Amino acid sequence: MLSTDICVRLRNPTLLASGILGISYPVLKRVYEAGAGAVISKSISIEAREGYKNPIIVKTEHGWINAVGLANPGVEYFAKEIENCDIPLIVNLVGSNEEEFGKMVKILDNLKIIAYEINFSCPHVEKVGLEIGDDPELVYKIVKKIRSLSKKPIIVKLGLGSSNMIEIARVANDGGADAITAINTIRAMCIDIDVAKPILSNRIGGLSGAAIKPIAIRCVYELSKAFDIPIIGCGGIKDWRDAIEFILAGASAVQIGSAVSERWLDIFNEINNGIMQYMLRKGYKSIDEMIGIARY
Amino acid sequence: MRIVEIEDVIDESPTIRTLIFNDKITANAKAGQFIMVWLPSIDELPMSVMIPYKYDEKLYAAISVRKRGISSTYLYSRKKGDKIGVRGPYGRAFEIKSERSLLVGGGTGLVPLIRLAKQNRCHTLIMGARSKDEVIFEQLARSMVDRVIVTTDDGSYGLKGFATDPLEELLKEERFDIIYTCGPEKMMKRVLEIANRYGIEAEASLERIMKCGIGLCSSCALDKYILCKDGPVMKGSIILGLEEFGKCYRDKSGQLKSTI
Ligand SMILES: Cc1cc2nc3c(=O)[nH]c(=O)nc-3n(C[C@H](O)[C@H](O)[C@H](O)COP(=O)(O)O)c2cc1C
Repeated sequence: MLSTDICVRLRNPTLLASGILGISYPVLKRVYEAGAGAVISKSISIEAREGYKNPIIVKTEHGWINAVGLANPGVEYFAKEIENCDIPLIVNLVGSNEEEFGKMVKILDNLKIIAYEINFSCPHVEKVGLEIGDDPELVYKIVKKIRSLSKKPIIVKLGLGSSNMIEIARVANDGGADAITAINTIRAMCIDIDVAKPILSNRIGGLSGAAIKPIAIRCVYELSKAFDIPIIGCGGIKDWRDAIEFILAGASAVQIGSAVSERWLDIFNEINNGIMQYMLRKGYKSIDEMIGIARY
Repeated sequence: MRIVEIEDVIDESPTIRTLIFNDKITANAKAGQFIMVWLPSIDELPMSVMIPYKYDEKLYAAISVRKRGISSTYLYSRKKGDKIGVRGPYGRAFEIKSERSLLVGGGTGLVPLIRLAKQNRCHTLIMGARSKDEVIFEQLARSMVDRVIVTTDDGSYGLKGFATDPLEELLKEERFDIIYTCGPEKMMKRVLEIANRYGIEAEASLERIMKCGIGLCSSCALDKYILCKDGPVMKGSIILGLEEFGKCYRDKSGQLKSTI
């Protein structure tokens, strides 16, 4: 009843968002066993990265601002970490150009992972993420390069940069992307007024949580109107109501990020149960029937 | 983030100081929980919550810091009137049992045990230190715990040897219902193994690299557990089954590195 399609069939529509608990295989596996439909790794880069100095996260009124700095063990190490992968794992990749992505895909492609998610949207690290996600030509080249090397589904993760998201989605789609995740965190900042200093060591970070949900809903709605490929909603989901709202806006699945901090790993089962109750009440037999119905 | 002012500083040893501050929320921390301490423009460090000595326990809390790296030395050097930021408390605390308990601690690992002894009557505390200079909280401990046994590695004070030496001796003669431990991982491993051998329940407060403190970034992963959520205090029976405990830790990038 809860199964859904994002180019691969998933047992339910709740995914673990990238960057949340996604560094080590034992933890990813535990999250899957706790109820997630699939899990997404931390953004993996060609070389290991230690990330920024603490503080890397700060809670604000309606969300969190983080600047972890893409800390990850690097692609070669991570490939070993997941070599015995037996869960639906999507590997999120971050890099600066098509060569880097090409190298990473060659290292990973023989592993039993179900898809790639390409980070075109991290808003607080130079020369990667949103900085390349804002460049249509580069987005096209990167997706095309990965497409030429792999048969696995490619999901592009888009965010709110200075380019038009629909235009970036279009070039990604032209390059061969199979699905779109929207959105990532939004560039943000927080200053402590007692000591008159920014709290994050990187000063600027990305805003997640309830504050960004209405924006994410709008993005999913616009993307799902413009494209036929699956859209995966992300941003501020904390309970089943939020998840349903994304599905009605046009999402085939959703990702849960910061709310994991508050509800911990039970959140996946809680949301899935809530979606199921809603479907029973409303008489829906599949997730498919609900996708995007608020558009009409 | 709550900004608090340091109201008192106590020298515990030539390298360890306790900083006392007024913060009701931290004052409510259970023994074993930690807070993230923000040093503006410098760093943010996880610190176990200490008792505030003579200050009102409902309003005050404290941290005890050993100067080691740049950031901990900066924190150690804070003076009365300086401001730090705190968030938390976070994490799983020691489970309080009203039975006959035995505490084994070393170094700043004594902090959560002292808080535990304050919140719950504890029978015996074994505290290990490298040398006489580094014996901390002894008077405080004696005022709260029925029996305190001090060991030093070099024999310059108390019994010569490791904290685990008198532990074995005690267990041969006396019955305890639970053992709580915190300190160097090697020491905790031995304590847990001994407890296991004698069939006694045990809990240990563990440590890994801490960044977010709220269960998101995974930097404090230990096998499939996330210490800021599933720990820092975990059951001995679980800990002894872990592959990484006592052997390796994840570095800041997430790669496993051997030895601690
Ligand atoms: C601590 C933290 C780390 C993150 N790291 C990544 C990352 O490495 N790659 C990525 O694509 N998104 C990353 N994100 C963004 C999330 O995947 C998600 O898109 C965003 O947080 C919005 O969802 P939420 O409101 O449910 O948290 C991170 C978010 C947080 C809070």
